[in-house]
Amino acid sequence: MTRQVTLTILAGKNRSGEKEGFKSMEIRPGDTISIVGPTGSGKSAFINDIETLAQGDTVTGRTVLVNGDVPPESFIRDPAFKPIALITQNTRCLADLSVEAFLTMHIQARRSGREELLSETIDLANTFTGEKITLKSKMSSLSGGQTRALMIADALVISDTPILLLDEIENAGIFKDKVIQSLQGGNKAVIIVTHDPYLAVTTGRRIVMKSGGVSSVIEPGNNERHLIEYLAGIDDKLHHIREKLRLGNVFYSVPHELTTLPIDQGCEL
Amino acid sequence: MKLIIVAGPPSGGKTAVIRQIIKSLPEDALPAFLKVDVVHATEDEELAEEFGIPTKKVYSGDLCPDHMGILVLADALSWADELSRNMLIVESAGLCLRCTPYTTYSLGITVISAISGTNSPLKMAPLIALADVVVVTKTDLVSQAEKEVFRESIRKVVNDIDIVETNAIQGTGLRYLMRRIASQADIEAEPVTLRGAPPLGVCTICIGKKEIGWQKHFGMIRPLDMPESMYRGD
Repeated sequence: MTRQVTLTILAGKNRSGEKEGFKSMEIRPGDTISIVGPTGSGKSAFINDIETLAQGDTVTGRTVLVNGDVPPESFIRDPAFKPIALITQNTRCLADLSVEAFLTMHIQARRSGREELLSETIDLANTFTGEKITLKSKMSSLSGGQTRALMIADALVISDTPILLLDEIENAGIFKDKVIQSLQGGNKAVIIVTHDPYLAVTTGRRIVMKSGGVSSVIEPGNNERHLIEYLAGIDDKLHHIREKLRLGNVFYSVPHELTTLPIDQGCEL
Repeated sequence: MKLIIVAGPPSGGKTAVIRQIIKSLPEDALPAFLKVDVVHATEDEELAEEFGIPTKKVYSGDLCPDHMGILVLADALSWADELSRNMLIVESAGLCLRCTPYTTYSLGITVISAISGTNSPLKMAPLIALADVVVVTKTDLVSQAEKEVFRESIRKVVNDIDIVETNAIQGTGLRYLMRRIASQADIEAEPVTLRGAPPLGVCTICIGKKEIGWQKHFGMIRPLDMPESMYRGD
């Protein structure tokens, strides 16, 4: 059972030195939060502040508390206690290891003695990606999508932290729906940096970034359910076409089954 | 005076870390900076311009830079002292990473980048084993799991060494390093000495002798089919 942790983020300043558009923000177990904003608006800096449990010592001046208090040093510096796992856009990877050696070393760092997590991690990773990853694969020979799939599975199974931070998972060409399904199981707080409209509107809260700071925090509640349905329809269609393209299909016209999907039925935007 | 010795392989981010250290020092700190490099370095000029502090550089040429650093360190401490500075920061490029530059009464910092490969901490084991702190840079370029696996690899060299992870360009996470520097004691009256024994002797190759074959050299020599090195005097 994953530990229960509540984070409190105390506002810092944006690039022009103005106070951010919130005072403090609580992130509780089970929360899903998206972070949106143009490139360069400070989205990655926001999740990096959370990952390093900033104490007013980063460029943004934000402070992050754990369960209301200044976190003990081990929460940041010792992987065995760290309550946060971050999947970055960069998965450059330690090139000289096999998948097996890599995961084994990570189990040693995070969950010493739990070697059975090795096969659990790889099985989960393989539900996210098309071509299977094997234990003998070299980390460096994995594709971008396979690497990302493996890192997400690693964060869920080996790190198994109460807080998960994901930086633009949609770019990796992995099975997004399956990833989201896996993320939402359990009692984790999931924070996703995203440019994907569907991902952005399906989370409980949306943090909007502008010139290095949070400009607003939106809690749409039930008000955006029409948009969610509409986007789900578009997403289904795109998914359908993408998979057919991947299998080598050629389209000479828009496929019949796509035009009849219930997408444009009086949805008001 | 406090002595801070920063070492590590090229492009690991030593200068970026030093820049962050100088930026975060308390107001009463008066740092001086010495750069030890092989043939070309500009860090002394950059740091002098950026922070207005006294800097110096020395090129080691045919000698290994750590060897050079050891030779000039006493002079450098006197230089900083004459300028009434209370901290000397030494940056050493290192070469074979065996002749470690750390001394008694210094804070020894190894800087190594997170993207340098899992086995690199083992390959530079003496440099890490004799240091006080390992600063892992470029952690923004790797995923969490990679960062933790890299940390595990450092812990294989020294299990309980102080590890600080940072993106040195932005200075994230360096508060732990600054705390170590703040608590670093001044140099005392006893002489400053090297922490570890350097590799045996300066060989004829180190001083620029070009011939190949052990028959042409003195000092520590080794033929191909001999398991141990042997010493041949001049």
